[in-house]
Amino acid sequence: MKADLISSLYVFMLAAFIGFEVIRRVSPLLHTPLMSLTNALDAIAVVGAIILAGEQKSQLSTILGTSNIVGGFIITDRMLKMFKASKAPKQ
Amino acid sequence: MTSLGGGEYVIEVLYIISAALFILSLKWLSSPATARRGVFAGEIGMALAIIGTLFYKGIVDYKWIAIGLVLGTIIGVPLGRVAMTAVPQRTALSHAFGALCVTLVGTAEYYQRTPSVPKFTMSVLSLEVILGALTFTGSLMAAGKLQEILPQRPITYKGQNFVNLAMLLVAIVIAVTLVRDPSRTALYPPMVLISLIFGVMLIIPIGGADMPTVISLLNSYAGLSAAAMGFVLESKLLIVAGALDGASGFILSVNMSKAMNRSFTNVLFGGFGQLQTTAAAQEARPVRSATAEEAAAILSAAGKVVIVPGYGMAVAQAQHKVRELYDALTKRGVDVTFGIHPVAGRMPGHMNVLLAEADIPYDKLLDMDQVNGDMPQTDVALVIGANDVTNPAARNDHSSPIYGMPIIDVDKAHTVMVIKRSMAPGFAGIDNLLYYLDNNLMLFGDAKAFVGNIVKELSGNSGGH
Repeated sequence: MKADLISSLYVFMLAAFIGFEVIRRVSPLLHTPLMSLTNALDAIAVVGAIILAGEQKSQLSTILGTSNIVGGFIITDRMLKMFKASKAPKQ
Repeated sequence: MTSLGGGEYVIEVLYIISAALFILSLKWLSSPATARRGVFAGEIGMALAIIGTLFYKGIVDYKWIAIGLVLGTIIGVPLGRVAMTAVPQRTALSHAFGALCVTLVGTAEYYQRTPSVPKFTMSVLSLEVILGALTFTGSLMAAGKLQEILPQRPITYKGQNFVNLAMLLVAIVIAVTLVRDPSRTALYPPMVLISLIFGVMLIIPIGGADMPTVISLLNSYAGLSAAAMGFVLESKLLIVAGALDGASGFILSVNMSKAMNRSFTNVLFGGFGQLQTTAAAQEARPVRSATAEEAAAILSAAGKVVIVPGYGMAVAQAQHKVRELYDALTKRGVDVTFGIHPVAGRMPGHMNVLLAEADIPYDKLLDMDQVNGDMPQTDVALVIGANDVTNPAARNDHSSPIYGMPIIDVDKAHTVMVIKRSMAPGFAGIDNLLYYLDNNLMLFGDAKAFVGNIVKELSGNSGGH
């Protein structure tokens, strides 16, 4: 196995652990925005699509990825805007 | 990316910064107070990554990139502006988009690199494409069911699990063959096709109430396929984003399956909708019912009220009326909170979003464990559009199919009131023992209309109390 591959596996392992620890702390209150936000972030796949589009290979994937990024961020922010504390936020 | 030129260093540094911003983005989402900052961090990270990618030296043509970004934005904006009740199907649709994007990129990579694809690359590429393709069709099916274009009722047949497993097995066998000899391009389209069909077959046995688990699971698959794509393209940023998304989907799936008392393997192998019970012919037992006037009197005399909403509340579009009830009771000095079961609604956290949209402060939205502790001190538990998640059989009756499922213990409150159209059983087809208890009152009627009537009664004699 190439060294680059091994370092990629390390990155995956560490990112998965960080993901678990960070997301475990997200309040169930915000699980819907969590899903729409991770959905938008996941659309980072668009970087692969952009490179392909730039090499004149696949255009549709750039459109799909971009619409997920734009739509995902918009709706997450709209949802989060609605969450208001009553007077002084508790916790 | 073995030898980096000056420009590529810049790209890599931008990618590292955006990976860090992605992690911060999710960290800030932990509390409603910092959550919007989290979205902002995610947006900056995404912008940096895209700008960095535009400097990639392999790019010869910016025209299609520009067209893609513009068209994507045109499609994305309306998808970001859907009604809050439509968020579950929108989420499923965006899982489908993301998965198709990943599948297309993987396919392009395969045809570009064949016949000399290293074994490891071909393995992750197959994983990427199989997961991507089944998530694409599976999510489209889920979106169709949620939008009610497709029948919501689970479709099951004999040997369903066997057929599904056999299909998955064939896809894996083809993948293994391709790993050993990537030049056999004729095998690639069948692998994708079988995965696409598998995605459809996986979702047809699933009913509406199981959707929270399924959406979470598809979310996890979408993340894993993106991470696999990161290995194919040797992009660590993609690996990080995919791993974060995969972890998020996994945690939510585990939460949802726990809340429905299913084992996680049961969920992984698509054992949904298996909860068909032989609803034994119940002898007609007496239930007590009350009018809106009586309900209003009981509520206004209470000190502490817990409202337990379910998907029925969203179906009846009753959330704004519920807010009026909340206001009317709060004005009278009644302490009103909401107890939200993890699987209430059609996706994780859906009920919270709908109630927040109706302007109910988020610190009044409590989860199951938070309300259950206070239930014995609660004067009135008002159940609106929820059924199985309040059934005490889950706690007491070993023979019940939902035995062991965590529920909201509304039966421990002094008085329980249930707004319900009729005595028809809930999703699981089980009789709710709650309705026959001495401290339970049935409020028969449409949720929106009934809550509206209670509010009218409360405001009609606001001088009282």
